[in-house]
Amino acid sequence: MKKSNKQDKRQAENLLPWLIPIVLIIVWQVAVDAKWIDATYVPSPLAVLEQGVTLWQAGTLQQNMGISLYRATMGLLIGGAVGFVLGVANGLSRVSHALFNSTIQMVRNIPHLALIPLIIIWFGIGEPAKVTLVAIGVMFPIYINTLHGIQSIDPKLIEMGQSYRLTKWQMFTKVIFPGAMPTILMGLRYALGVMWTTLIVSETISASSGIGYMETNAQQFLDMPTIFLAIIIYAILGKVSDWIAALLESILLDWQASKGGR
Amino acid sequence: MATDDLIQLTDVTKSYQQHTVLHDVNLTIKTGEFVAFVGESGGGKSTLLRLIAGLEPATTGQLTMDGRPINGLNTVARVMFQDDRLLPWMTVLENLSFKSRDMNEKVRAQELLDLVQLHDFANYYPNQLSGGQKQRVALARALMASPKLLLLDEPLGALDALTRSRMQELIADIVDQENLTTILITHDVREAAKMADRIVAIKHGTTGLTVPGHRHQTDEMAMIAVANEVQEFILSD
Repeated sequence: MKKSNKQDKRQAENLLPWLIPIVLIIVWQVAVDAKWIDATYVPSPLAVLEQGVTLWQAGTLQQNMGISLYRATMGLLIGGAVGFVLGVANGLSRVSHALFNSTIQMVRNIPHLALIPLIIIWFGIGEPAKVTLVAIGVMFPIYINTLHGIQSIDPKLIEMGQSYRLTKWQMFTKVIFPGAMPTILMGLRYALGVMWTTLIVSETISASSGIGYMETNAQQFLDMPTIFLAIIIYAILGKVSDWIAALLESILLDWQASKGGR
Repeated sequence: MATDDLIQLTDVTKSYQQHTVLHDVNLTIKTGEFVAFVGESGGGKSTLLRLIAGLEPATTGQLTMDGRPINGLNTVARVMFQDDRLLPWMTVLENLSFKSRDMNEKVRAQELLDLVQLHDFANYYPNQLSGGQKQRVALARALMASPKLLLLDEPLGALDALTRSRMQELIADIVDQENLTTILITHDVREAAKMADRIVAIKHGTTGLTVPGHRHQTDEMAMIAVANEVQEFILSD
């Protein structure tokens, strides 16, 4: 009996995060149906859904989503890799830190979206421009968190590794990298947010495909359902990437969660 | 140097900038001997242990192990620290065998877990263990490389009285069983008197008093007398 109560409670807790979005959608639908708000400017959720189905059937939606996902993923991989390598190098080597960190910190303080005009001039409005912009955006959070993670490793653990004669590679793979992992993943989670923001802006300003382009194009025809659809898709993609980051954390940091054995 | 002398310290001094922590330390430790360093906090006990472990170099003087100077890490010594220093992202078994994927290492790790009575905890993470259990894992890890010299840097300081007493017995048994030369750093003079063959009191950065301990002896009154003698020396001006 007690067990079943606990299960019910857990099920209710699992449903709780969906409560506010569902209520908002219902209120939104009712408000449009009751004409409390003008459907010309705020289409109903059902109208947005219908538009989604139409665009999907036409093949436009998946095409634009595909290209946006490609830009986001490529930018994340390139920027993330550069940020990670720089973070590791500067975290492990004093010379590298002295040489690069000051310059990186200076460049980091330039809002990367301010680089859009420059990047358009250099790369045009093709894929390299958008991928570069996303890469620059995600590079810094990954860099900062990797560097901070490595610098924050408990020096006692390093000393333990030294006293147990770990090789440099073993010290990195067994002590430094796993120790920095929680901070690196925090950086990744933040970088995912930056990734979508950068992509939205770059696709809105200069693109001929992608969700941002679809939205800007719809603006010219006052196609409100498509504008709302693009915004909702961005929200869903952001949520999915956050969920992937959380999943990664639960897999890679399972030792943090395991408590209460004895 | 006699053939059974394992460690020899000659006129060892250690300074950090202007501050001298150890000066003119002369000491010999024989193979198989259990020596306890006791003294007040900041007296230089742990520094002396770190010099013997090769974690830091001496400023002047000479340290030898088996007749060879200790330059860099002392490869045949292993340290068990006051804090367990287990890697929290590794299981107990991985913490013991993290240097190698060799099956023999795993087998040895299992044997040592049996020795420290933790065979059922091989797949636990450190944060699932009690303080005493973590220290037992740290002890097993220190024994993994079959060291010639075991350095115990106040390993029982953070444990409650009962766990501490059990750990003292466990360490004593293992040291006997593995025939290890051991140096124990402790604040507890009774612990030193109970476990060691010899107690070296360190005061004002040098070895002040050396008295026999009561390892393998059951005369509790004599043990208490030795402990009191050491304590009086440490507390005297």
